[in-house]
Amino acid sequence: MAQAAQKLTTLDARLASLSQPAGGWPDGARADALSRLHAMGLPERRDEYWKYTRPDTLTQPAAVPAALFDNDEGPIFGHMDRIQIVFVDGVFDADASSDLVAEGLSIDRLAEARADIHWARDLYGTLEAKGQSPVARPLAALNTAFAPDGVLIHVTGQVSKPVSLQYHHRSETSDAMLHHVIRVDAGAAITVLENGPAAARFNKVMEVDVADGAEFHHVRAQGRDHERRAATHMFARLGAESVFKSFTLTANGVMTRNECVIELTGDDAVAHVAGACVGDGDFHHDDTVFVTHDAVGCESRQVFKKVLRNGATGVFQGKILVKKDAQKTDGYQISQSLLLDDDSQFLAKPELEIYADDVACSHGSTSGAIDEDALFYLRSRGVPEATATDLLTLAFLAEAVEEIENEALRDEINDRLAAWLERHRG
Amino acid sequence: MLSIKNLHVKLEEEDKQILKGVDLEVDAGKVHAIMGPNGSGKSTLSYVLSGKDGYEVTDGAAMLEGEDLLDMDPEERAAAGLFLAFQYPVEIPGVGNMTFLRTAVNAQRKARGEEEMSASDFLKAVRARAKELKIDADMLKRPVNVGFSGGEKKRNEILQMAMLEPKMCILDETDSGLDVDAMKLVAEGVNALRSAGRGFLVITHYQRLLDHIKPDVVHIMADGRIVKSGGPELALEVENNGYAGILEEVA
Repeated sequence: MAQAAQKLTTLDARLASLSQPAGGWPDGARADALSRLHAMGLPERRDEYWKYTRPDTLTQPAAVPAALFDNDEGPIFGHMDRIQIVFVDGVFDADASSDLVAEGLSIDRLAEARADIHWARDLYGTLEAKGQSPVARPLAALNTAFAPDGVLIHVTGQVSKPVSLQYHHRSETSDAMLHHVIRVDAGAAITVLENGPAAARFNKVMEVDVADGAEFHHVRAQGRDHERRAATHMFARLGAESVFKSFTLTANGVMTRNECVIELTGDDAVAHVAGACVGDGDFHHDDTVFVTHDAVGCESRQVFKKVLRNGATGVFQGKILVKKDAQKTDGYQISQSLLLDDDSQFLAKPELEIYADDVACSHGSTSGAIDEDALFYLRSRGVPEATATDLLTLAFLAEAVEEIENEALRDEINDRLAAWLERHRG
Repeated sequence: MLSIKNLHVKLEEEDKQILKGVDLEVDAGKVHAIMGPNGSGKSTLSYVLSGKDGYEVTDGAAMLEGEDLLDMDPEERAAAGLFLAFQYPVEIPGVGNMTFLRTAVNAQRKARGEEEMSASDFLKAVRARAKELKIDADMLKRPVNVGFSGGEKKRNEILQMAMLEPKMCILDETDSGLDVDAMKLVAEGVNALRSAGRGFLVITHYQRLLDHIKPDVVHIMADGRIVKSGGPELALEVENNGYAGILEEVA
């Protein structure tokens, strides 16, 4: 009981610093989310689901200030033809953004959603609410109740270029919240890119409804600001024969919790979630994934790789739940860390819960150091130790990066990883 | 070319002396073979020369063209012209064979202050040499040694040797795990690299490899020392009488 009371105290403190946006159709969903939140409270240190990640800096009333970071690399995805949607510390920047019109899709902003947008009204907060069971995700409910902006993307056909959400961080004390809703109609396809640190503290929810035969591709790079903090949630519902593929690159950041909640509701759907993270020193990165198979013949893959050094911490909590009627499920989960010294740590909690009797599910989790034999082999051929270590590290990350289907995007992510490794040698 | 004097080596982790005073001179253009029973220290010699961790040199010296090998990192030894063909080539998942080869070639060139090889020159050179060793395009694309058969791994070692053009090549039991045809192919690859400026040290248990790679000098190693040296006929003597006879005679 003491814990429940503490959760509500934390919630009250947090709510005191927030004001609810008002106006238009999302208000009902916001009110519902607020009542869910009052029933849950905010996460506490002793929550089982927060065993490896301290929630306090994510739940306290104000963001811990984060110094601005001078990124000398130039923006990722910068050379690509894309529809750009720019937020600065969580505030939409119209001047920096493209015109939000393109063939095959419509884009609206949550902040301007006065007139009813039926498809979005049906989705906003709906997948998040569903994702609260069997495990509570209070920070996502907080987001649904309070996020002042975000984009509502309705994909009705084949979109020729990716939609690129860019999150700039320009204020040391910014505390940003965004809530995106994406609906991909039957047979339609889209690639969504996300990049940037966003704010000193960022709470983001993305709800994605992938209809029958539709495809959703997602590639994200979370921004190199050392001191930024982020709690993000992705909620996805997949129709029959649909495809969902999401990849996240995380380089630096003192606190990152990325939750991904996927429900396979139509037969023969495919969901792949992957992540590559590299952390040096004061770095904490948590991937929490929950995949529910609720239809026949679906395939899911979770591939998470973490490179950690100088006391960095990596966390993986991944679950595959196969419901009773989800026969012929093909579920795969792997989480691995490469620890470049004795101070770093990787905490993993892989889980399978299977009620169907005709399934193929496998999972594995490992922690290891650089393979000394491979290192010597490379060096004996003249490759300097640092270069050889980088090569082996990129090779370790490759299984996750290869989950990105688009070759140009894959190359761009690999370049970023190689550059990071070169900067963080020794 | 390669000059080893009174080399004493023990294992770092335990107090076990492996090499107890090895003396060996390999001149440019010559092929020397080292034969010897299991545990005589042949492989240790190859590892110590190439700079593998876990060994401590307690006495003696090893020089490559007058440069102190033992004072260099493994990559520096490679750039100086030393090459070890591994008995057990290492599998490296995730690193493409071509990427690996090109990184190695250009790293050595850079270390020697030479210009890096362009992508197209490199590709041409690899293709030509791979063809001679019957290495197909698929093997070049695959991760280093992953899923290669024993013979493919050894041919891949020779391909690396051909691309890196070392001055001094050490072949550690390159014949192990090879059938007769594979051994012939590997030997042809090695013979094609024999030249006046290059020395070879061929480590083997058996005489049969030396039918294909004809040595100038044969050494017998036992208990951490070279106990007998001679011409190619010494290898035949091993083949006919085994090591026991020779060791008795030496003792």
